[in-house]
Parts: sequence; C-alpha cells; structure tokens
Amino acid sequence: MNFLQFMMANRQQVLDLTLEHITLAGVATLLAALIGIPLGILITRVPQLSKPVLGGANIIQTIPSLALFGFLLPAPWIGERAGRLAILALALYALLPLIRNTYAGIRSVDPAVVEAGRAMGLTDRQLLFQVELPLASGVIVAGLRIATVVSIGLATIAAAIGAGGLGEFIFRGLAMVNNEVILAGAVPAALLALFADFALGRLERRLGSLHSKS
Amino acid sequence: MTAPPSPALATESPAIEFDHASFQLNRRPLLQDLVLSVKQGETVVLLGRSGSGKSTSLRLINRLLLPTAGDVRVNGRRTAEWDPIRLRRSIGYVIQDGGLFPHFTVERNIALVPRIENWPQARVQERVRELLATVGLSDDLASRYPSQLSGGQRQRVGVARALAADPPILILDEAFGALDPITRSEMQKEFRALQRRMGKAVIFVTHDLREALLLADRIALLEEGRLIVDLPVAEFSRSQNPLVRAYVEAFSGL
Repeated sequence: MNFLQFMMANRQQVLDLTLEHITLAGVATLLAALIGIPLGILITRVPQLSKPVLGGANIIQTIPSLALFGFLLPAPWIGERAGRLAILALALYALLPLIRNTYAGIRSVDPAVVEAGRAMGLTDRQLLFQVELPLASGVIVAGLRIATVVSIGLATIAAAIGAGGLGEFIFRGLAMVNNEVILAGAVPAALLALFADFALGRLERRLGSLHSKS
Repeated sequence: MTAPPSPALATESPAIEFDHASFQLNRRPLLQDLVLSVKQGETVVLLGRSGSGKSTSLRLINRLLLPTAGDVRVNGRRTAEWDPIRLRRSIGYVIQDGGLFPHFTVERNIALVPRIENWPQARVQERVRELLATVGLSDDLASRYPSQLSGGQRQRVGVARALAADPPILILDEAFGALDPITRSEMQKEFRALQRRMGKAVIFVTHDLREALLLADRIALLEEGRLIVDLPVAEFSRSQNPLVRAYVEAFSGL
C-alpha cells in the first residue's frame, strides 16, 4: 500500500488529526501572541525588563521539547489533560519570536516620528496605537509567522503525550516501521506549515509596504 | 536687553518666558540660566551651533523636558503646572523634513490634532483644504503619502500640520534645514509673510545667520548652553560681541 492509498483509505482520520493539529498549533500561537505582544510592548516602556524577559524567553527555547512536556506533566490543571499541556508547551516556544519582534519592531520606528507625535500632543496610548504599532506591524507579523511555523512543526511531538494531532501517524509509523504511515502525518504537517508561512508572508509584505507606499 | 521677570498678570505675560531656566542631563549642563521671552506676534530666532542648547530650549517649551532649575512659562503658567497634552496641542511644532507619519496620507497628517481633538468631520476636511492652500499645495496632494512628495512639499505639509488647530505658539526646529537652497529661500519668504498675517508667538531654531536675519524680530545667540546676546534683528549685525562678529564674518564671505 503506498502513501496516497493509505491517505485515501484513512481520509476521515487524516482530516480529524489535521483539524486537531491546527487547533493545537492555532490556539498555542494565539495564546503566545496574547502574552508575547503585550510583553514586547511592555519592555519598550520599561527598558530594565527587556533583558530578563528576552533572556527568559530565550532559555525556554533551549529546553528540549520532549523534556518540556515532561516538566509540565505534574503541573496542576495543566497536567490533567494532554491537550492543555501541549498547548501551553507550544505557546512557551512561540513566545520568543513574538516578544522579540514586537520589541524590535517598535524600537525600529524612526525616533523623529515618535517625537513629532509626542510633541503634537498625542497621549501614550494614541502614540502606541496610531503610530508605533502600525509602523511596527510588518515586523510583528514576521514574528507571528515564525511562531506559527514553529508551532505547527513542534505540534507533531504533542502526540508523544497523547495530545493527538498529525504526530499520531508519525509515532504510529515509527512503531510499525512503516514509512507510508509516517508520511501520512509528516506531509500534511509540512503542507500546513508551508501554507501558514505563505499566507502570513503575504500579510507581512502588505503591512511592510505601509510605510513606503509609492 | 531682556527686562527682569516681574510677577505680571496672566493677561500681560509673554507667550513664552524662560526665567533663569537650566537643564542638565547626567550632571552635564545643556542649558544654563536662560532668560528670554517671546510676546504674541513676535518671532525670536535661536541661533547657535549644534550642541548650543537650541533644541533643548524648544523641548522645555512643550514639556518634552522639564527645567532642572528655574522656570519656563507658557502664557504665564509654569510648564510643570500644565497638563502636558493640553500644552502640546496648543503649540505647533515643525521639525526638519516635516517629521510626518509615513503611514498617514497628507490629509491625515495635517488633520492629526483636529482629529484627536474630536473636531466634526466636515470641519476637519474644510480645515485641511484651507491649510493646503495656505502653504501653497494643491488639493490633489491630500491623498498622497509622505514618501510620494518632494522634500519641499513634505516641509509644507509639516507646517500645515503644525498650524492645523490654530495654536497661538509655533516652534520650529531647523525646519527648513533639509531643503535645497532655492526651495529653502522660497519657504523662508512664504513663512515670513504667513507669520505677518497670523501674528503667532514664534521661536525658530537655526544655525543659519541669513535665515535668522530674514525671519527674526529678535535674535538670541546661544553658545554652549548659555545665552550670549539677545538683540533686535537690526542691531544684531552691528554688535561688537566677538561671537556675533565671528558669525557675521563666517557668513559675509558667502
């Protein structure tokens, strides 16, 4: 049985696991964005925090992913459901590109433009939402793009703790020493990552051209 | 020279008043004991080299900085007592190359302060058209982005933006410094004519003596954070102060 035949024969399961995979990676990235973008903004306002926050996010990234799943297992509430645990672990990994790009994006806004805005009487909030974030949006979306692609890739490991997703096929295929089954998980996961990369790349270019419309 | 500051009534007080104002950053004095005032309708040029304290003085007016000693008063009130947002919205600010928001169209750039002050939409649009005419730009530039304009056009938009909410005070920091000589000379003449009509209190920062002589009612020369002279423009070139002489000679060869 070749890979395509296996996919067709198991199309309902392929579809279910793909949706599960999208949910895992999507919710994790969303969670990471909800935490990472405000954190990135915060460290532009409180520069003393930038080193510890960026350093912390960096350290999380260096923890091997399987080990991180293991570390989180005994955590209350989180450890009760494999899905929760997987989402939290993936979100922690996705945090660094989001914090870093938000911070770098805002810092890269021309200081003369920011000072002009301040001198015209914009409040801090107006400056942030009308000037800094729109001008940083291209760089922030670039961070979101990295975070999404990393989450989709790492989500395959979530199957190791029983959280489902396309990793199920990969682990099953490994156990069965069956390449078709491995590919049934790996190929859709790779396509998902490519699609997310392409779509967010287009958004990034559109936002990036905002400042230099010609 | 400058009269000593008196506890005058608010109605008589100058629009802008530096009362022995100093500013230091990390113990380095950037401005020392500045005494200077600008009345409504008057244009004072702050002349000096880079690092002389000109820009620091401007930032003290709109409270981007607070004096570390002495006072700066706007309309008779210490800047420290003003709500900084209200203060800044009553002061038009023009910087080199306009400092325009690159992601805003010309129309939105000009309308910035009226919009955040919640003017009705129709009045904002009318005001934008009026200002485009005032600074000599055609209506169809309104939908362009700053990157689609020439340097001179950007600078005009910068002036229009500063005038948008009709602030009584205007401060300009090397406003025409990035322009080519011909456009620059045009802008200077137009600005002088505009100022005669508007009668605002203007502080104009430059290092160009000819620009100062053209635009100023009074010239205040700064050097290393200190005020050297503060003279009516007619007397400035005749001053025997050595630093003034150095300026006049540096420019007379041109």
